[in-house]
Amino acid sequence: MRGMKHARIAWGGAVRSAVASGGGLLLTDGTVLAEEQVVWLPPVQPGAIIALGINYADHKRELAKELTLSAKDEPLAFLKGPNALLGHRGVTPRPADATFMHYECELAVVIGRAATKVKRVDAMLHVAGYTVANDYAIRDYLENWYRPNLRVKNRDGCTVLGPWLVDADDVPDPHALELRTFVNGELKQHGNTRDLIDDVPALIEYLSSFMTLLPGDIILTGTPEGVVNVNPGDEVVCEIDGIGRLLNTVVADAR
Amino acid sequence: MLVNSAVFGNLREVLAWPTSQSWPEDRPLAHWQRGSAAAFRAPPVGTAYGALLNHRAALAALGDAVHAAPYKAPPKAPVLYIKPRNTFAGPGDAIVVPAGVDELEIGATLGIVIGREACRVGEAEALACVAGYTVCNDVSVPHASFYRPSLRFKCRDGFLPVGPWVVAARHVAEPDALAVRVHLDGLLVQQTSTTGMQRPVARLIAEISAFMTLAVGDLLMLGVAAGAPRARAGQHVRIEIDGIGALENLLVAQCEA
Repeated sequence: MRGMKHARIAWGGAVRSAVASGGGLLLTDGTVLAEEQVVWLPPVQPGAIIALGINYADHKRELAKELTLSAKDEPLAFLKGPNALLGHRGVTPRPADATFMHYECELAVVIGRAATKVKRVDAMLHVAGYTVANDYAIRDYLENWYRPNLRVKNRDGCTVLGPWLVDADDVPDPHALELRTFVNGELKQHGNTRDLIDDVPALIEYLSSFMTLLPGDIILTGTPEGVVNVNPGDEVVCEIDGIGRLLNTVVADAR
Repeated sequence: MLVNSAVFGNLREVLAWPTSQSWPEDRPLAHWQRGSAAAFRAPPVGTAYGALLNHRAALAALGDAVHAAPYKAPPKAPVLYIKPRNTFAGPGDAIVVPAGVDELEIGATLGIVIGREACRVGEAEALACVAGYTVCNDVSVPHASFYRPSLRFKCRDGFLPVGPWVVAARHVAEPDALAVRVHLDGLLVQQTSTTGMQRPVARLIAEISAFMTLAVGDLLMLGVAAGAPRARAGQHVRIEIDGIGALENLLVAQCEA
């Protein structure tokens, strides 16, 4: 069925699955709900969460000052834990002592079929679908040990995922998608997945060359240039054409 | 008290069992029969995190390099990494030495199994979040840099044997004073202990939980000691931690398809 977008939500005291219908959500029992009526969960229950650093040429230039990179010989992949995940319309805490906390709009690839030593030509057969990720970083905590260190990149509630898992069949070309981030309605970040340094099949070929990717594993493919600081109260929207519009609010860490 | 993965669901019952009473003989929790259907599987059910350079001597071994590029300063927060689920393996499972690699580093470490969600816990409360302890072999392809190591060094399939069981925390009086020994083909090659950590168990949990929640079932590796031995295909590895157990695995060469 074309145009299928899947969500995991909490509603009526239970975790439910739903699909996009009109402007809202259609539950399997036929109930129709508006976006604001439900609690949105990350659209997949995650296995391994793999993220890519510096996978857009422009973002690489943007970060050049703090990078100790020379020639790049392989993708800069790192791992995240499920503690970091948050659904659409969730709130992300900003630590009181942070001076530079930024969003990162990313195309997220969800694996649908186990992949071991998969070649590029077959790689896309292992993709279940796509979603939008906003993978926050708090650069104040950056240390040069096992970069990017978990204190920067694996904080509770700092990786927003959703709203939908869009079936791979409904995304004819994942390498021609516009990405945009708006902060309080103002366009701050703009890019296109055609500028990925390592594209989706390249990443699947690379990762599966040494580790088996399993259904539910998620690959965050990296972010383009245009990351700026966000503050408590800011409303951050990460949008990818044909995939979704992911809303998130930054809040002061109350504790 | 021993808990294997098959009964991990009964963890609560096991942990509630009074220390003064022994577990009923007719309810065996742990039999490791090599190669049998009843062989153990890896106990972690959540995410596996590890601390690097937590062992003071391991950090000291870097010497002045910690001040030089690319590090520029010694680590302030715990140096952490994640082993993804494809790395999980059990006792007796083969560890595959990849083609083109001569030796693998054998990272013997205490595994801390989380039994109660740990979010912003103080050092004094941290041990109450521990369900129990196990033995981990954090296998790596040897690599020199701690700056931004590639996932292919630590995240290969089967690179985290764990087990053979989880010993309930209440039966481990001093997790920070356990002898750790590594044997290769029966020969003792490393003798160390869980003592001498920059962050002992409680402090490590407290500092991590300050920014990321450790969930029930997560596995936290306390840290590999300095001088981790290396092993080749064909060698048998046995890691013993006193009071916890012995984890045995065989290294095998990768078969080229």
